[in-house]
Amino acid sequence: MGLQAIFFYLFAFIAVASAFMVISAKNPVHSVLFLILVFFNAAGLFLLTGAEFLAMILLVVYIGAVAVLFLFVVMMLDIDFAELRSGVLQYAPIGILVGLIVAAELVVVVGGSVLTPGAAKAITMPIPNPASRTNTAALGDVLYTNYVYFFQIAGLVLLVAMIGAIVLTLRHRTNIKRQDISRQVARTPATAVEVVKVKPGQGV
Amino acid sequence: MDSFFSIYVWPGIVMVAQSLLLLVCLLVFIAYVLLADRKIWAAVQLRRGPNVVGPFGLFQSFADLLKFVFKEPIIPAGANKAVFLLAPLVAVLLALSTWAVVPLADGWVIANINVGILYIFAISSLEVYGIIMGGWASNSKYPFLGALRSAAQMVSYEVSIGFVIVTVLLCVGSLNLTDIVNAQHDGLGTMMGLPASFLDWHWLALFPMFVVFFISALAETNRPPFDLPEAESELVAGFMVEYGSSPYMMFMLGEYAAVCLMCALTTILFLGGWLPPVDIWILNWVPGIVWFMLKSMLVFFMFAMVKAFVPRYRYDQLMRLGWKIFLPLSLAMVVITAFVLKLMGWA
Repeated sequence: MGLQAIFFYLFAFIAVASAFMVISAKNPVHSVLFLILVFFNAAGLFLLTGAEFLAMILLVVYIGAVAVLFLFVVMMLDIDFAELRSGVLQYAPIGILVGLIVAAELVVVVGGSVLTPGAAKAITMPIPNPASRTNTAALGDVLYTNYVYFFQIAGLVLLVAMIGAIVLTLRHRTNIKRQDISRQVARTPATAVEVVKVKPGQGV
Repeated sequence: MDSFFSIYVWPGIVMVAQSLLLLVCLLVFIAYVLLADRKIWAAVQLRRGPNVVGPFGLFQSFADLLKFVFKEPIIPAGANKAVFLLAPLVAVLLALSTWAVVPLADGWVIANINVGILYIFAISSLEVYGIIMGGWASNSKYPFLGALRSAAQMVSYEVSIGFVIVTVLLCVGSLNLTDIVNAQHDGLGTMMGLPASFLDWHWLALFPMFVVFFISALAETNRPPFDLPEAESELVAGFMVEYGSSPYMMFMLGEYAAVCLMCALTTILFLGGWLPPVDIWILNWVPGIVWFMLKSMLVFFMFAMVKAFVPRYRYDQLMRLGWKIFLPLSLAMVVITAFVLKLMGWA
């Protein structure tokens, strides 16, 4: 308790308020900026629960990389704001449906842990004492031993996605000039310069 | 009432006081780092540099501060006002907030968190937002191009910085910055018969990574020769074209705070932080903060000399260096370091 409670309410309030602004902001770039604020406050909440590694990874991956790409794409698009607004009512039912599903899932999860508080203790992996080891080490131990295959598969999936994106966008253009540094460095005066004695009035 | 005081008020006061002390010292330090940067640059070019305000121009930075503060801030008509003003604020706040976890001497740290190095890495990866927001909100061509360049550049070099940090972490086995410094008490130097000396620090054992980190730090902070986001010959001043007075000053402040942080980080990761260079009593008697400052200033001197010596990179050369040279090199070094540590039984 103490200052932690104050910070919890601060982070939670800003997160919820800016999540609302993500969907209600008129300008899409503002939406992405509010989304970044949501991520940031979520990282703060992680930090308060003691999940410091997750908090920092959220910052590095989601804000430092994913949201930068988001922002890039949204900034580069030439968006007609009026046209963007016109479809709101048309898509509203789907949005409400998705919202309802997420709300129902949250109720199930939270209700489950409220009704049977012992459920969390039934997890087969022993939860290490947070005072004796950092959660970075604990996560690493689990990830690289019990779940090493899943970890590798996730890596492979990402690799395939990366190769796919490269294959889709790579174009080999023929008539462009590229710098070949090893060739430049390998040049010697003998191959690059020709000394010519020019007689006056004759030219080369 | 008493418990209210001990739970809420006292920790709050302590936190605010520590942060204020660090901030004031840091800002004064940055003022002189800025001056040193200009003086070194001038000396290399056989000029005098700022020498009018105060003895040897020592008060130049404060005169500049007053000038910027009293100027009228101009916001372009087509600019997105809120984001335009938020951008320099984001830049300077993020750059200053990283200092919360930097240990200046043994135990001299505001937040001694377990994931200190990750915190610094995370916050410095956010610094790109100040630049992107500024470039976009200016609603003008050059700032936007500068912002795009800068974002691509900072994201690229973060990758190799990340791998360099991983290499150091492999040798240390902890993400805590204090642990990283303390781990440099023994190392190569101890094996070579000079225990607790400058040979123990990581710069020798991980020399290629030291070089990669130094160059990536230049690129990450948009310092010359990688100052393409503000290349005056191509983009006027890049993302800062439309900025003047206090907002411009805040961008500059954020930039120099980030540069100082990179100097401090190089000191912590590779130059043994506050540890004295040789284990003799007179050097051990010198307070750790002095060693830390001396080493950081040495690194900054190298930053300033690079700025004065090296011509600016072209954009494709910058990307080539980041992706085709540093990334494979640092990736290979992570694997090699891990193997060496495991096979020699040092980990």
